[in-house]
Amino acid sequence: MSENANNTPVLELLELSIQFGGLHAVDGLNLRIKKGCLYGLIGPNGAGKTTVFNMITGVYKPTAGSVLLNGKNITGKSPVEINKAGIARTFQNIRLFKAMSVLDNVKAGLHNETKYTAIEGVLRLPRYFREEKRVNEKARELLKVFGLEDNINSIAANLPYGKQRKLEIARALATDPKLLLLDEPAAGMNPNETAELMETIRFVREQFNMTILLIEHDMKLVSGICEELTVLNFGQELAQGETAAVLKDPKVITAYLGE
Amino acid sequence: MRKQTKNNLITFSGTAVLCFLMAGLSTAGVLDNKTTGLLVPMGIYIILAISLNLTVGILGELSLGHAGFMCIGAYVSGAFSLIFQNTISPVWLRFALAVIFGGIMAAVFGVLIGIPVLRLRGDYLAIVTLGFGEIMKSIANNVYLTMDKNGLHFGFTVPPTNVDEATKQELLKGPIGMAAPQDTNVWIVAVVLLICLAVLMLFIDSRSGRACMAVRDNYIAAQSVGINVTKYRLMAFTLSAAIAGVAGGLYSHSLSLLAAKKFDYNLSILILVFVVLGGLGSLRGSIIATIILYALPELFLRGAGNLRMLLYAIVLVFMMLWTNAPFFIALREKIAASKPVMKLKSVFRRDKSDKSAGGAA
Ligand SMILES: Nc1ncnc2c1ncn2[C@@H]1O[C@H](COP(=O)(O)OP(=O)(O)O)[C@@H](O)[C@H]1O
Ligand SMILES: [Mg+2]
Repeated sequence: MSENANNTPVLELLELSIQFGGLHAVDGLNLRIKKGCLYGLIGPNGAGKTTVFNMITGVYKPTAGSVLLNGKNITGKSPVEINKAGIARTFQNIRLFKAMSVLDNVKAGLHNETKYTAIEGVLRLPRYFREEKRVNEKARELLKVFGLEDNINSIAANLPYGKQRKLEIARALATDPKLLLLDEPAAGMNPNETAELMETIRFVREQFNMTILLIEHDMKLVSGICEELTVLNFGQELAQGETAAVLKDPKVITAYLGE
Repeated sequence: MRKQTKNNLITFSGTAVLCFLMAGLSTAGVLDNKTTGLLVPMGIYIILAISLNLTVGILGELSLGHAGFMCIGAYVSGAFSLIFQNTISPVWLRFALAVIFGGIMAAVFGVLIGIPVLRLRGDYLAIVTLGFGEIMKSIANNVYLTMDKNGLHFGFTVPPTNVDEATKQELLKGPIGMAAPQDTNVWIVAVVLLICLAVLMLFIDSRSGRACMAVRDNYIAAQSVGINVTKYRLMAFTLSAAIAGVAGGLYSHSLSLLAAKKFDYNLSILILVFVVLGGLGSLRGSIIATIILYALPELFLRGAGNLRMLLYAIVLVFMMLWTNAPFFIALREKIAASKPVMKLKSVFRRDKSDKSAGGAA
């Protein structure tokens, strides 16, 4: 795997399709994301973008086609297996562990990284203390990256909106993924917050050497940070390629961007 | 110290002081008979309430059959004690084995009904546990167990017939129930209660407890970070059932005669009321609510005659408001932030006296 790490895409979708009743929500989508790439998935509302995420992460089973992670077929696996294989995500409508503290949200993300059993935990054996200490430090470091170090003990639901988005990204990164999926991270943010988020996403990519696939409506953000794009329309690919070229494509302009 | 560790220490030491104080007072003969008689069942109800809080408050699943697990623990451990009454000694060993065995059997049933049901989402668990509790009660109500020189004889709905009349001992007597040896006392209940409380606190404040709460708050997000939702649902549900079984074991050894009809859904609902009014997810709240709501009608409302149920209902409504209504939550925060309380807190902080703070909390 290591010798062809450069040409095996991190994520590859082959003829990926799903039908809900008669509706072809996603129809024959092909896509390749190189390691380290910041890839954008855009398109009008209802185009099928979130559905693509749900198929990649195992929430929905595709009716046809396949999902490859580093060349390995992961189609139809459960969300837990897919996360363990190396894909983490955020959600369009934020899904935090609302009643838990900010720190515990990230520690829940570190669940599989925390190596002690339930019995070792209840008996407070040495491994409990060692692992809790390690995981605590790791969680704090991650929260610092996102500027949440002052909110560690807040209840997640009480955070302002922008910080909730950041916490969700921190929690996803806690699972140590190879590929990060962000579903409309800038939704509901003001221009300042969006600009800050752009910086954070760039930083995450550099710091963690991360490959990122992101869904977004904010064209400034998309053209600012995405290197490649796929435009979806009615579940089908409308255009694909380098960001600048795609955004100039007349098909894209008429169907999505408008004059 | 972490806030949760501190909170747990306060709750635990407060409960320990209260438990041993009451046990000591009753042993010393300071309390009247009626109050003493209430202590054992009250302790058992506290164990039931904190264990149910794991399912309802921490896991976020509604269970309406907690009495069913208690019933299994009560019958299994009671039968165990009766069967080995003359073969295992000393008594404390036989009793300990009986209670542990009752807890294990309740856990086994927790797994058996948890596996099919916890895969589903929504209100399935509430419905299935409600039915489960009633079924357990009916089975216990119809089971006969007789021992003679040839061994054990079972009967269902009718007593076994082929028994040796000269040496027969009727252990389980259908609707009449059973008379397990009365091995439970206030000290044993106090110790078991504290062990159960500690186990629950340590479980909740660990990787597994976090996983359960993550599943409760958002199971899709929990899956997305690699938490095996079914595993943790089953784990918490089983632990909750096991502790209810232990409580049942204490219960059956505290009565001269125990009939299965005690374990009907009214009991499950009563415990659920303690949990909900004490605050979901708060073990301390469950303990306080159980004490207030259990002692109140027995000790203080006796004299109120016909008004008793009315007063009880008023207390219930008030407690519900106290734990849930925005006005009262704001009021509580205001009280906590008020000058006298802050002063009190700073005094205790200087003394580092957790115990006195536990009494106040
Ligand atoms: N579970 C589902 N059942 C039926 N239809 C669905 C389901 N999930 C999504 N859809 C439909 O699929 C289409 C694409 O939705 P979605 O992927 O959420 O769009 P978006 O591009 O805005 O994220 C919509 O028409 C939506 O109604
Ligand atoms: Mg969407």
